Amino acid sequence: MNMKVKVLGTGCANCKRLEAMVREVASEAGLQVELEEVRDIAAIMSYGVMHTPGLVVDGELKVSGRVPSKAEVAKWLTASSKS
Amino acid sequence: MGPAARPAGSEAGHLDATGHFALGATARGKPWLVPAVVAGTGAWFALYMQLGRFAGWLSYDLLGLDRRTHLASAVDFFATDVPKIFLLLSGIIPLVSVVRSYFPPEKVRNVVAGKGELVGTVLAALLGVVTPFCSCSAVPMFIGFVESGLPLGVTFGFLIASPVVNEVALVLLAGLFGIKVALLYVGLGLVVAIIGGTVIGRLHLESQVEDYVYKVKVGEAATVRLAFERRLADAFAYTKDILRRVGPWVLGGIVLGAAIHGYAPTGFVAHYAGRGNPLAVPMVVLIAVPLYSNAAGTIPIVQALIQKGLPMGTTLAFMMAITAISTPEMIILRKVIKPKLITIFISVVTLAIIMIGYVFNAVL
Repeated sequence: MNMKVKVLGTGCANCKRLEAMVREVASEAGLQVELEEVRDIAAIMSYGVMHTPGLVVDGELKVSGRVPSKAEVAKWLTASSKS
Repeated sequence: MGPAARPAGSEAGHLDATGHFALGATARGKPWLVPAVVAGTGAWFALYMQLGRFAGWLSYDLLGLDRRTHLASAVDFFATDVPKIFLLLSGIIPLVSVVRSYFPPEKVRNVVAGKGELVGTVLAALLGVVTPFCSCSAVPMFIGFVESGLPLGVTFGFLIASPVVNEVALVLLAGLFGIKVALLYVGLGLVVAIIGGTVIGRLHLESQVEDYVYKVKVGEAATVRLAFERRLADAFAYTKDILRRVGPWVLGGIVLGAAIHGYAPTGFVAHYAGRGNPLAVPMVVLIAVPLYSNAAGTIPIVQALIQKGLPMGTTLAFMMAITAISTPEMIILRKVIKPKLITIFISVVTLAIIMIGYVFNAVL
């Protein structure tokens, strides 16, 4: 089953950077990722995020308010793909 | 496999399970961390001490400029300010962002929410000081504040302080004019935010907030504990980002500042906006409101204006008005509040800044 990854962000520069990072990590690790960009502010805030960008992997908020490192993203994605 | 086995929401390997301060836990694992931070700080100060010498050497020894010329004066200003401002920025932004990482908005909101209106407004304004005003935080934080039942006045205390008092500007002021001016800037900026927030709170403008804001349901976010080295890495990434964005503004400001410094006749500024003109403060504020620059970019201009005889209060009012009220900011705010409240917001903040200008002129 594909893992569902959501990037929460209203289109700010960091949000785009995070999204690009997720794509890069997924393609490098050969993971099937269903990537969704969540731009609706109400939907973003339903995760309790008050500072974008945010990253949600399989329904679980991994990070908010900062752009994580590539290594962190890789860790979350690979961990999620194995569970 | 390690990460998968760890509890949800933890930073694999970084969560400080015993609840100790993360720095302690990290320092045990990474013995290089503390010496590296100390060495970096030392190198920064060593460089900073050499700045004045460098500018003098460049302008008068290397370029051989005559000290009495306009050009020499402008070049000296430029050569002093460029390295100084960028060095200050690259030293202080990481520091501020590490500190800020311990106060995520989700956490602070809960702290502010438990207090009375006045204490809440003061706390919210303080939070605004360390929070940069950007599209990534202003709207979600506004909604988060309103949703948790915070009075509108408290929310506006934050919304005003965030752009008015900028941590970058604070540091630059401290570096260029001394700690006293920097503290006055923060203190008076907080006063603007608290007065503005309180006034807006009293006007009961809840109907002027976009209706959807009240309907948003904010979820509970699990706050993640980060290791100190992670915060440090984030801080440097953020600093790089800020320097790239602020850099052109600063350079532009310095060029303008150098031009004013070298070429504007000394009597000119003082004549029109000096102490002799009681209307100078509202005049410069009204000029500044439609202007927009980054806080860091205004500082070199401010510095040059002060040297040309503009009183401190008038100058700081000018600077606050430039950074506090801007079209990009109003576009962001328009997403959550209606035009009438935007107008009130602009008027209240403008009046508060004018008042601050007069107070500053009176005490300095």
